Amino acid sequence: MLPTLVGVTLIATESLTKTYGGGVTALADLTVAVEPGIVGLVGANGAGKSTLIKILLGLLTPTSGRVRVLGLDPTTDSAAVRARVGYMPEHDALPPDLTAAELVTHLGRISGLPRTVARERASEALRHVGLYEERYRPVGGYSTGMKQRVKLAQALVHDPDLLLLDEPTNGLDPVGRDAMLALVHRIGTEFGISVLVCSHLLGEVERICDTLVAIDGGRLLRADRISAMTSVTDVLAVEVSEGTDELAARLAALQLPVRRDGRLLLVELADDHTYDLILGAVAELDLPLHRLDQRRHRVAELFAAREPSHV
Amino acid sequence: MSEPTGVIHDIGYQRYTGPRLGRRHVFGALYLHGLRTAFGLGRSAKAKIFPWLVLGIVTVVAAGVTAVRSQIGEVVMTYAQFADNMSWLVIFFVAVVAPELVSRDLHSGVLPLYFSRPLPRGDYALAKLAALGSALWLLLGAPQLVMFLGAAFTTTDGMSGVWNELLDLLPGLVYAALWAVVFASVGLLIASLTGKRAFAAGGIVAVFLMTAPIVGILSIMPSRTVNELAMLGSPTALVHAVGRYTLGDLLIPGGQTEDQIGGFGPVYVAAAVLLVAGCVALLLMRYRKVAAR
Repeated sequence: MLPTLVGVTLIATESLTKTYGGGVTALADLTVAVEPGIVGLVGANGAGKSTLIKILLGLLTPTSGRVRVLGLDPTTDSAAVRARVGYMPEHDALPPDLTAAELVTHLGRISGLPRTVARERASEALRHVGLYEERYRPVGGYSTGMKQRVKLAQALVHDPDLLLLDEPTNGLDPVGRDAMLALVHRIGTEFGISVLVCSHLLGEVERICDTLVAIDGGRLLRADRISAMTSVTDVLAVEVSEGTDELAARLAALQLPVRRDGRLLLVELADDHTYDLILGAVAELDLPLHRLDQRRHRVAELFAAREPSHV
Repeated sequence: MSEPTGVIHDIGYQRYTGPRLGRRHVFGALYLHGLRTAFGLGRSAKAKIFPWLVLGIVTVVAAGVTAVRSQIGEVVMTYAQFADNMSWLVIFFVAVVAPELVSRDLHSGVLPLYFSRPLPRGDYALAKLAALGSALWLLLGAPQLVMFLGAAFTTTDGMSGVWNELLDLLPGLVYAALWAVVFASVGLLIASLTGKRAFAAGGIVAVFLMTAPIVGILSIMPSRTVNELAMLGSPTALVHAVGRYTLGDLLIPGGQTEDQIGGFGPVYVAAAVLLVAGCVALLLMRYRKVAAR
């Protein structure tokens, strides 16, 4: 699955492997290519998400394999990559006695912005993440949600082309999570900045992403556009109180892909005609129809190991 | 999930197309930030107390020395001796400011924010080192300037008197720079090992003060060579020995330089250079490791 270089590839890795000193393999033969947009990187804790981000930033050198970010190689050209990338780390990263305005301005200067520009862009970035008057107070007194916003603002201050967000919703309450996700979605769609969002919660990132990359134990589980994943997962669930097998046979005879799930029959939904075919089949067999409804599979089910059957 | 496009927003996000400055400017920004931090500028009032208290003490001492000299005509201490006499204050200043510069960053976890930017790992450490060194040099150099101004305005020898004072001042400032470089590199290395400021401060004071007895013991050993090399035992004594060798009677009026260090002057100079180089190398190694985390 070599990256076909159609358009601009945002991130591309080829047989990327990272083994730490103790023989721990964090990434194993990872080959993936994603296009610009909002990319969700999902995996359990320890799946290799943070290692991948650090390799993308050029902070870690891969053991083997190749990697490209925005067309640049972070192992040899890390300064150029980092100039165009904004990084929001997972853990606490804010000195408590500085104000948000001072900190973001200072970090803007470290990214190479001239002094006055850094100050302007810092207040702009803080405004975009929803911090106004609070930005003149020391960060130590902020709530978790405000701190996460400051971390996001410092990643935005130098106008990067790519944001790497490591668990941006960590420690937030449900309302805070929604607000953060909405903010990330806005950055990806309105600001014209590509975003890689790391999370161990698939249900969270699938709401805002164009592309999903799932890794487990350092290996690629699946990488695809969300649209491609969800289009094949629209199914109709049919339940009849008796004659389930007869109906299944009849539907199969009608060339409909059908499979059993307990008392349910799941039929892939091609178009509205599928409804008519099913209703027709039920009527012909004179079966008592319990229910017929459309299910939008959550992407989570695509990764679930308990589904060996093809979807 | 996709939202309707074409919605009008009040003020949208502005892309930045202006200049992005290079490595030198970034280094300069970090250096200035460090220098300001050293004196508590842009920080809380509490952070300003200690640096300005120390700065106040050394200035008052310098003013007093100048006053005594202009009134009585007695030279209480030379420019170079001033640095020696203030060494205790310098040690405490390093013990407070070095952790402020690096331990705080380690503790708050802000380093990933630095190292994810186009800032080479070594530049962070070197900018902090330069900031601490400059702060120490200012601490020792500014009072000498006060002494110089006092002497220059009260001299009875006209311009040649001013010129002679200047010739005394310059070696004093160079000697202050030596103090600054040695203390900054040792102090910053120790502070960079821990995120706990109290531990870092304790470690720095321990290294500078606890090594003093080593010099004492070595200097009473029954071997002349050991006695003459005794001042290698502590950073403070080492700097003093280099001063004795290079400055001679500017530091020790009356010139008994040969008594304590014998012919080992060059050894002391080499040791000082090695100490600084070693500390800087270890500091750079330390940050190579920190950045990868």
